[in-house]
Amino acid sequence: MPVNEFTIRVGGDTLEGGIIRTGEFLAHALARCGLEIFTFRTYPAEIKGGQAMIQVRTAEYPVYSHGDEADILICFDEESWEVHRDEFRYDGVLIHDSKFEPKGVPGTATVYGIPFSEIAKIRLRNPMAKNMTILGSFSALFGLPPSVFEGLIESYWAGRPHIVQSNLTALKAGYEEAKKLEKKDPFWVEPRPMRDRLILSGNEAICYGAVAAGCKVFAGYPITPSSDILEWMMTHLPRFGGTPLQVEDEISAIGAVLGASFAGAKAMTATSGPGFSLMTEFISHAAMAEIPCVILNNQRAGPSTGMPTKTEQSDLYQAVYGGHGDVPRIVLAPSTVQGCFYVTVHAFNLAERCQLPVIILGDQALAHRTETILPIDLNSLIIINRDVYRGDGAEDGYRRYRLTETGVSPMAIPGGPGAYSAEGLEHNEEGHPNWDQENHMTMTQKRFRKLELALRYEEDYPGFQGYRWYGPERADVGVIVWGSTAGAVREATYLAEKEGLSVAALHMSTLYPLHREVVRRFILSMGRVLLPELNYTGQFAHLVRGETGLDVVSYNRVTGVPFKVREILDAIRDLAREAVAAR
Amino acid sequence: MAVDAKVREKYKSEVKPIWCPGCGDFGVLTATFMALGALNLPPEQVVIVSGIGCSGRFPGFTTCYGFHSLHGRTMPVALGVKAANPDLTVIAVGGDGDTLAIGGNHFMHACRRNINLTYLLLDNNLYALTKGQASPTSFPTQVTDSTPFGSYEADVEPCALAILFGATFVAREFSARAKKTAEIIVQAIEHPGFSLVHILSPCVTFFDTYDLYKQKIAELPEGYDPTDLYGAVRTATDPERKWVGVLYRGHRPTFEEMIPKIRQKAEEKLGPGDLQAMLDRRRV
Repeated sequence: MPVNEFTIRVGGDTLEGGIIRTGEFLAHALARCGLEIFTFRTYPAEIKGGQAMIQVRTAEYPVYSHGDEADILICFDEESWEVHRDEFRYDGVLIHDSKFEPKGVPGTATVYGIPFSEIAKIRLRNPMAKNMTILGSFSALFGLPPSVFEGLIESYWAGRPHIVQSNLTALKAGYEEAKKLEKKDPFWVEPRPMRDRLILSGNEAICYGAVAAGCKVFAGYPITPSSDILEWMMTHLPRFGGTPLQVEDEISAIGAVLGASFAGAKAMTATSGPGFSLMTEFISHAAMAEIPCVILNNQRAGPSTGMPTKTEQSDLYQAVYGGHGDVPRIVLAPSTVQGCFYVTVHAFNLAERCQLPVIILGDQALAHRTETILPIDLNSLIIINRDVYRGDGAEDGYRRYRLTETGVSPMAIPGGPGAYSAEGLEHNEEGHPNWDQENHMTMTQKRFRKLELALRYEEDYPGFQGYRWYGPERADVGVIVWGSTAGAVREATYLAEKEGLSVAALHMSTLYPLHREVVRRFILSMGRVLLPELNYTGQFAHLVRGETGLDVVSYNRVTGVPFKVREILDAIRDLAREAVAAR
Repeated sequence: MAVDAKVREKYKSEVKPIWCPGCGDFGVLTATFMALGALNLPPEQVVIVSGIGCSGRFPGFTTCYGFHSLHGRTMPVALGVKAANPDLTVIAVGGDGDTLAIGGNHFMHACRRNINLTYLLLDNNLYALTKGQASPTSFPTQVTDSTPFGSYEADVEPCALAILFGATFVAREFSARAKKTAEIIVQAIEHPGFSLVHILSPCVTFFDTYDLYKQKIAELPEGYDPTDLYGAVRTATDPERKWVGVLYRGHRPTFEEMIPKIRQKAEEKLGPGDLQAMLDRRRV
């Protein structure tokens, strides 16, 4: 459907300037035309130079993935055409700066060469405004009213009238230049009534979620792709009476989080794989001393420094198994921008409720993409605070690590009654170091009982879905998915159903502790079960096999970019054939 | 300094210290009880953060709040405690390996942050809990189980480091002088900013330095100027003597003083936080 349903990709060297902003303006403009948007970006790890790309997918219905190929490709320079031509639709539209002539464009494609550089540099003497001339041309070619871009420019540079004016001039110049061209393609924007939507990135949604949950102390260290969370917290958390800390390393970050939480504040840190590795010793301590905390790991391609600006789902092992000793912890994974907000709120709730470390596994693609999402009503949120000891109901004396049915013991807060020592050594109920044989067994059981409480969270708070089962109770093919891969799976299963295939999906948001019985039932109800994930070793598949004793078919890719819908659809088709043959 | 023995008792927990008889750390524990008693601080207002080592067990021997953290990580935890509740009195306790080897990075940044806390560095010149290996304050010629032929490295002087890293109160004492140590701890707690008390605390089991330090220590002379930063560094690194007393005293805004200042600046520039309004502004 070429009207209101297409994918635009913008590419060019970052030295060209304004590539990502071009895409962001397109996304906002399309959203203001009443459409849903979903963006995806990759940028170079170099300090200056290198190819950046932003892709904007739009439709009248909610979109869950970034789009397999570009229907409309906008190239700032020749290299960007070479980089993106393989993912350019054979009968798509190529818009390029006419300072170069793209080679090997399929005859089926429509090509518009427009002298963006010349207009900006020579005619307008404003090379920075090239992206605005591109937006003007886009407006002329695809019917997106220029007034929408004008409004965006005016609000983006509010209070800086001369920048607004020069950008409006550039927008107009690009518009008029493209108006001279003959329209030869079918893509078109048909504005619809505005919908009530927010546009947020995954990382922004996480910041808002943390503040909504009551986070008062944040500690972090710069690392891609989580540095923007540190910057946001350093800027905004003080406005909410909180204290953000940029510390000397990730060990210090998690240490400060534990110290703050021990002293009664809700606290979190945000990092990526390398920083998370440094934190694991303290995560083990948090489990032993029973200190609530939230740790976000926005995964990127590894091992080691890997590909810092590329996405992967390869930190599941270290999230679920990392740390020395038997470490109870909760691992959650959001899959959408909206999910980033709510999962963060639930992460704090679970940490407070269970007095456990809660790890959020995000990823680079989700962290930095933007989506239109439904408005968030803060009054509708349920916020849980830890069970604090206030000096009552303990006739036989306060015991910090009192054995209870749920495993959770009321927590005394410095400044208040019940002074105790938070212990990393194995300890008795009072918190005194103790290594009697029975004591270690009993206290380990106590700490792990809290995982059962974690699994009951969704029963008590039905707003949270630790898992979602899409489609029929029984099918030829089942797909188990976690994290941001869920979007591509959702679209692939929809297309598979339309083809008449029998398919269901199980989307896990709570990765650990695993809802073992649900996953078992799902696997036993399906002919074949596919588990696609962006890692080489099949990390969640291993966890599922280990926890359920049942097998799944792993589908692994490590290319640094998210799955395409088509890749998953093809895998579903293959398994469907096998399942039908085996019926 | 008047100390009432009864007041002191309220800081002593029922847990008996596991240190070897004669360990220097007993002196520091006693001195700490005396100092807390002199200041009449309620135990629930005090947080004692420790790392790992013989000194790591310190918090459990008191009736104060405690946080027995990880090896080298007292400072991150103490920073977090202060960020959450600046009104608490925080005392960090670390050994020489804890503070200067595995925790060296945190130590440096804690000094420069000028967090209003008192750091008791219990220096016994080796790792004792792991039964006698060389530490950053071991003497270069000192033979230990991990340096049977002497050390490759020079030793470090923690007071000089702390002064140059930006600590605003740096003092040294000897654990055998419990009362003097208590007086210094009182001054350190009262000082607004990062206070290091370097306490020579001999290990009777693996490297008994009582006699050595009894000979080597000397009280700072009358008229010593603790505000002279480079003079203090020279005094701290004197190869002939271990000078005891307040080596350095400076003044800079503390971490705790910066918290409301930063909040005020953020509010002046961006307004008080209203999350619903922020979200609503992100409407398409």
